[in-house]
Amino acid sequence: MSSQQYIMHGGVHVAGHKALSTDKAMSTLALPERLMIPTRQHRGIGGKLLVAEGDYVYKGQPLTEQRATGSYLVHASTSGTIEKVGRFLVPHRSGYSCIGVSIKVDGKEDWGNYRLAPMKDFVTIDNALLLDRINDAGVVGLGGAVFPTAVKIGSGAKQGALKTLIINAAECEPYITCDDVLMRTEADQIVTGIQVMLKMLSPEQCLIGIEDNKPEAIAALKEAVAKLDHRTIKVIVIPTIYPSGDAKQLTKILTGVEIAKGKRSYELGILCHNVATAHSLYKAVVLGEPLLSRLVTVTGAGVKEPQNFDVLLGTPFTHLVQAAGGYTNKAERLLMGGLMMGYPMHTDEIPVVKATNCVLVLPESDLAYSSDMAMPCTRCGKCVEVCPPKLLPQQLYWHSRANDLERVQKHNLADCIECGCCSYVCPSNIDLVSYFTHAKGALREERQKQEKIDQARERFEFRDFRIQRDKEERDAKRAEHKAALQKKKAAMAAKKAQEGENSVSATDSKQDAIKAALARVQAKKKAQQEQTSDSSKTESKQD
Amino acid sequence: MIVAILTLLGLALFFGLLLGYAAIHFKVKGNPIVDKLDAALPQTQCGQCTFPGCRPYAEAIERGEAEINQCPPGGETTIQELADIMGVETIPLNDDHGEHSDTPEVAVIIEDQCIGCTLCIQACPVDAIMGAAKQMHTVIADECTGCELCLPPCPVDCIVMLPIKQNIERWNNPLPLALENIPVVVETAPKVVQGE
Repeated sequence: MSSQQYIMHGGVHVAGHKALSTDKAMSTLALPERLMIPTRQHRGIGGKLLVAEGDYVYKGQPLTEQRATGSYLVHASTSGTIEKVGRFLVPHRSGYSCIGVSIKVDGKEDWGNYRLAPMKDFVTIDNALLLDRINDAGVVGLGGAVFPTAVKIGSGAKQGALKTLIINAAECEPYITCDDVLMRTEADQIVTGIQVMLKMLSPEQCLIGIEDNKPEAIAALKEAVAKLDHRTIKVIVIPTIYPSGDAKQLTKILTGVEIAKGKRSYELGILCHNVATAHSLYKAVVLGEPLLSRLVTVTGAGVKEPQNFDVLLGTPFTHLVQAAGGYTNKAERLLMGGLMMGYPMHTDEIPVVKATNCVLVLPESDLAYSSDMAMPCTRCGKCVEVCPPKLLPQQLYWHSRANDLERVQKHNLADCIECGCCSYVCPSNIDLVSYFTHAKGALREERQKQEKIDQARERFEFRDFRIQRDKEERDAKRAEHKAALQKKKAAMAAKKAQEGENSVSATDSKQDAIKAALARVQAKKKAQQEQTSDSSKTESKQD
Repeated sequence: MIVAILTLLGLALFFGLLLGYAAIHFKVKGNPIVDKLDAALPQTQCGQCTFPGCRPYAEAIERGEAEINQCPPGGETTIQELADIMGVETIPLNDDHGEHSDTPEVAVIIEDQCIGCTLCIQACPVDAIMGAAKQMHTVIADECTGCELCLPPCPVDCIVMLPIKQNIERWNNPLPLALENIPVVVETAPKVVQGE
């Protein structure tokens, strides 16, 4: 249990721009007119919709049902009427739509019977029940990866003997301050959420990693932890460097452990959760509220009054921007997420989802990197120096550009965390990280194609086998039938033969009878003749 | 002398037994070349190569009865792979068998026109069509290879081939604008005519 710190490889110092939004207190947002809630807001596939157009839904009512695997619950963030079920634009780089519902908000915030039973004394409650609760509340990792928390905790608990639970409070991305604000205002609740995790995982130690650019949040957390007198929880202040908030980098900084390629952190006895996730665990378990809202930072030179809002999931970006005073004349780019890893959005007619931590509106000149002025790669090696997972971005760049999927795999593309440090430092303005996300997608496509090919081969071979088997079965049946027929024929013949023998004797007896009858008849005739001759004799005698 | 002969005889016997054992116990089952060729083929099972499926085509190539350029769905990349396996030169795709297309397609049954004759079900090489006699049929899109073998048997022409729709799951981040994609404008200065 040491609080010794290690140094991660690479990383960059980026101007934080956090003061823009962190100075103002958290604001509550007026209810929007309507919410758009997509069914898929997590890793995996969307759940099965439970509601239809025209239905009235209460706050906290599940809108979807879990399918067998890979789908998790989404709830109605407030009460209202389902206006439309269909495809809606979602915050995604592709600009494609996704199945979801729109709710016409009635403003009553009526929970109906959908508030889950509060579990205030969670320490005495069975882990399986707590896990079910987390699952039913639709809690996912709010740090950005939106991985289902119940699955993560479940796999960590299954592994047994967890050494370190890491709470990620680093928030290293420039501009984003929602975790900072959350820690400053709700530190006690966060620590209670952490206690839920401690109860379920019972790790040897729990380290809260937080960057030193958030002094107020550090003080608040330390105070909340001190109140508990909980010896396993420690707040560890780390130097500010991007991307210290990446789970793997934070693990390295706090414990010195590097997670090997293809390994999961829980296999090494380490699990990492975000502070906002801990807060939503508190809400789910202690208050019985599903994940219905989250803190969102609205910031950048493109909005008039940058600040943080507690936002209901499904609230349109337009509503948020309006609440932040609207766009300034510098607004040119809309990003979801931070400056370094945020994705450009096609439109602002999209809803806040579980993954939305920041709505960033920037002038073109404030972007961290863009490929507009790209020049040829000079192999200067600056990207190698800053790459946290110690990859060779310049090599990966060449192979990705040439679509040489075999080589990019050999250069461990899968370990790229897409932090964007390489793009940020590139003196030739090459948007390296976009090449890597493209190559990752191409690898995924290739894998899916291969799966489909294997499936087609299997099905073709099975069809051949099936046809062959059916034919053999038919032939066997036919042969059996034929054999049975022949047997029957043989039996008939045998019977006939026997019958023939019998009939021979019968005819004999018949013929005998006929003969006897004939003989009798003849004898009779003879006797008659004799009589007549006798009588004629007598007649002639009389004449 | 006798010792030498016996030694050699013994050795011969020993190695003979070893080889005999190896021949039986380490025998390679099946034909590895055919497996390799089959793995390189796209498994559409469309029969455009004139053989009833990808494996029969692979077997024909191995026997030397077919050329390596008879697979339109595979296109150039498949021809390249087949050439590498067989150790021959690549040749362009034989147009007699069809044209290569890069957009993958699936068969879709126009359901209100289907009369439930089951002919397409019997034609499908991968059992990707569901249905029963006098019941509407439908294609399992995930399992359809786009081979088009169900089109000719349909008596009412209610099967159409549609390109696979793009969606969020299938979408891939495009490559950023590379140098070669940026239009280069060459400006030439107007000719300066002296003396004006």
